[in-house]
Amino acid sequence: MEKVIAGQTIQVNEEGYLTDFKQWNKEIGAELGKEANLDLGPRHWEVISYLQNEYKNESPLSIRKIGKSNVVDIKEFYALFPQGPLKTASKIAGIPKPASCL
Amino acid sequence: MTEYNGEIRKMMIILSKATIENVYAAFVLANGARMEGIEAEIFFTFFGLEAIHDKKLEHLHVATVGNPAMHMPTMLGGLPGMESLATYMMKKEMDKLDMPGVREFLDIMVASGVKLWACRLAMDMFHYKKEDLYEGVDAVIPVGDFYKQAAGVGVHMLFI
Repeated sequence: MEKVIAGQTIQVNEEGYLTDFKQWNKEIGAELGKEANLDLGPRHWEVISYLQNEYKNESPLSIRKIGKSNVVDIKEFYALFPQGPLKTASKIAGIPKPASCL
Repeated sequence: MTEYNGEIRKMMIILSKATIENVYAAFVLANGARMEGIEAEIFFTFFGLEAIHDKKLEHLHVATVGNPAMHMPTMLGGLPGMESLATYMMKKEMDKLDMPGVREFLDIMVASGVKLWACRLAMDMFHYKKEDLYEGVDAVIPVGDFYKQAAGVGVHMLFI
């Protein structure tokens, strides 16, 4: 479905995840962050770029892997994105919802 | 019910067994809850305490006897070394799925905000002290305190 955000039209699925990462930009990310009640700071953006790089490298994401990323530890990840960090951060990053159980 | 649309807000998991499949079930459920923004707490009681006993938690086994899903005759499952073999094979499969070991899984849960409680009565029964336990355990508490922790809307309790 279509969604207008930050003055741009993007394609999202029924859960609000972007279906085409190429449509993502930082303004859209910031708006998606607001929708998740988050005020994104530099640390959020570092984590978001890490997630996007992993997605580009087709490397599946999990909490365990993020803990070993040297970008953020699990405790800080939860502090940055308190309500379901992997899902929230992925949505803001414009990448698909992670399918991992771990 | 209408206020929260029945959504789950907190999972209270009671772990009473120390076979690896039960321990992982509890851990995956607790960690999975946190990943969804749901609170999670685990109450370790009876044999479940082995999963947080510092010297035992890395030596948990699969049950090869009395476990029909192993598709192994009970007599055979009781042979020496059979549990170790089955455990070794299961751990290898878990590795392939990028599943953490028990200690690392506990670390992940603590970092994720899962609360870990040890049952007072079972601790006394096994003569364990708080110092014997994994360092991330929040406290040794009686069952009544665990129920108090469970107060609130959208709380679900699960016995494993």
